[in-house]
Amino acid sequence: MVSFKRIFADLSVFRREYLRNRTGFFFALVFPVILILIFGAIFSGGSNGPIAVYAQNHDSGPIGAQFIHAMNSTNVTRIFLLPNNQSLTQYLQSNSGDVGLYIPQNFSSSLRPGNHVNITIYSNPSDTSGQIVLGVANGVVNFLNLRLANSSAIVGLQSQNVVSKSYSYIDFLIPGLIGFSILTSPMFSMVNISSEYKKSKFFKQLSLTPLTKGEWLVSKVIWYVLLSIISFVLMTLFGTFAFHAHVGINAAVIPFLVVGPLFFVSLGMLVGTVTKSVESAGVIGNIITFPMMFLSGTFFPISLMPTYLQAFAHVLPLFYLIEGLNNVMVYSNYSQAVTDVLVLVVISAVVFVLAVRFFKWRED
Amino acid sequence: MSAIEVQSLKKHYGHLMAVDDISFSVMSGEIFSLLGPNGAGKTTTVEILEGLRQRDSGEVQVLGMDPWKQGYNLHLKIGVIPQGFRFFDKSTPREALKYYADLFNVKVDPDQILREVILEDSKDVIFENLSGGQKQKVGLALALVNTPELLFLDEPTTGLDPQARRTMWHVIQELKKQGRTILLTTHYLEEAQLLADKVAIMNKGKIIAAGSPSELIEKYGSGKRQVMVSDTLEDVFVKLVGAPIEDEGNVVKPAVS
Repeated sequence: MVSFKRIFADLSVFRREYLRNRTGFFFALVFPVILILIFGAIFSGGSNGPIAVYAQNHDSGPIGAQFIHAMNSTNVTRIFLLPNNQSLTQYLQSNSGDVGLYIPQNFSSSLRPGNHVNITIYSNPSDTSGQIVLGVANGVVNFLNLRLANSSAIVGLQSQNVVSKSYSYIDFLIPGLIGFSILTSPMFSMVNISSEYKKSKFFKQLSLTPLTKGEWLVSKVIWYVLLSIISFVLMTLFGTFAFHAHVGINAAVIPFLVVGPLFFVSLGMLVGTVTKSVESAGVIGNIITFPMMFLSGTFFPISLMPTYLQAFAHVLPLFYLIEGLNNVMVYSNYSQAVTDVLVLVVISAVVFVLAVRFFKWRED
Repeated sequence: MSAIEVQSLKKHYGHLMAVDDISFSVMSGEIFSLLGPNGAGKTTTVEILEGLRQRDSGEVQVLGMDPWKQGYNLHLKIGVIPQGFRFFDKSTPREALKYYADLFNVKVDPDQILREVILEDSKDVIFENLSGGQKQKVGLALALVNTPELLFLDEPTTGLDPQARRTMWHVIQELKKQGRTILLTTHYLEEAQLLADKVAIMNKGKIIAAGSPSELIEKYGSGKRQVMVSDTLEDVFVKLVGAPIEDEGNVVKPAVS
């Protein structure tokens, strides 16, 4: 019969062990904050600054300068003027500049009906910023043409975001990093503990007490659920206050914070149990963990990946955890979140049962 | 009354007969020692008796129970120090005792048990900072939490320095005085001679001789008697290094035997 007294006794000794160990303490409380600070700093503050464009203005009239002013005032591009006595293409090549703008001589004076004059954009085809600069320059050229023809635009463009609020990268990053920490901390430590305890016969020792292996495993699950709640709170707070992330906190995250650790504790246990040595357990653990860590939408949305990798992501349990957290915290899409949680519940139940089954207190 | 009954016990690993048809019994209240070199099959035998390993064949009764089938109930009544006992690195002996008391759902006085095993001075030192002898004594303290009638001590003094070993002997003798049955494995001859009421010598999975230490000496000894009883090197070592029974400087009166 399951005894809560035994579960809590084991939980308390494990918690003490974890917190008195500096590594454990680091991974429990400091690591999540560091993660959010590093990635938040990398991806939030001014990553979309204007694109540098190196320009030469050979025009002696006023329109060339006006053109450059118009390009600058879009805030998409920033023009750096080069002296006219050097070759623009050579400058771009030797200074790794990606985009160049060339305004020819007598540009202003050539602007009259019936005439044709070109502004030249130099860009690197492998760099997307060239396309953006081309678009901006095209807009300025059209405006100029309309003005010269004494006409005004008839068809306009209005851009609107599909979702009602606008999201920034940090909003998606927070659920991703929460998922990341729910994966890493139980997974690495359970793989290690289960193979280490087996090797040192510590499990045998525990089997001589009334503690059952199910109770032992449940106490680990409870501990990592607590840790995941703590790291959820820390990461959300830091993300919100340090980087102005817009993430919702509500009760719907709880199922994910419970099922996630349940799954990874069981999986870590299973890996440590079925492998023969501490070393091979570590290797298998990494083989399972690393692809999941990067391909589940942790650091970037999976829609940026090629289709076959996206298909692969859909078999990774961490994907459903992160997608679910995104649905709850960012999109408020609760019906999809229910699907995510159901997928997680089913695979967690399977892995938990397998872990308890293969995990041996004693030997045959 | 016998605490342990073993009849024709066998256990093999692959081609190796680890335990090859052994029989013995241990009476309540006695110290029974399985003596033998490394690899003789002592630990396998003990683990079968503790219900940690399944036997191939033979009859085994420990406190009237089949240790494999009734292991869970048996464990409530026995105490064990496994070979190479370990505990959580960052827990103190007192915390360890609290943990075991909760697992066994019993109330214990940790200080009382720590006094019994001569560890009270180190009750708040975390496990990884304890000496080898102190660690073994934590194991012994934990084995006593459920006030077991039967104790299994698997090489409790292996790797200990002579002083720590003698302290352990003292504690074991005190436990015997309380009427507990003790099964002790060792490869130290003098340990068996000093502590055991009965000895079974194991080699290559078989019991090659059994009886009380004096019976064995009578039967298998050379018959020669030393006229002068001289000190052993160990006696000299202990005399030079300090009092034999202590816990890191806390001197306790040696056992009178």
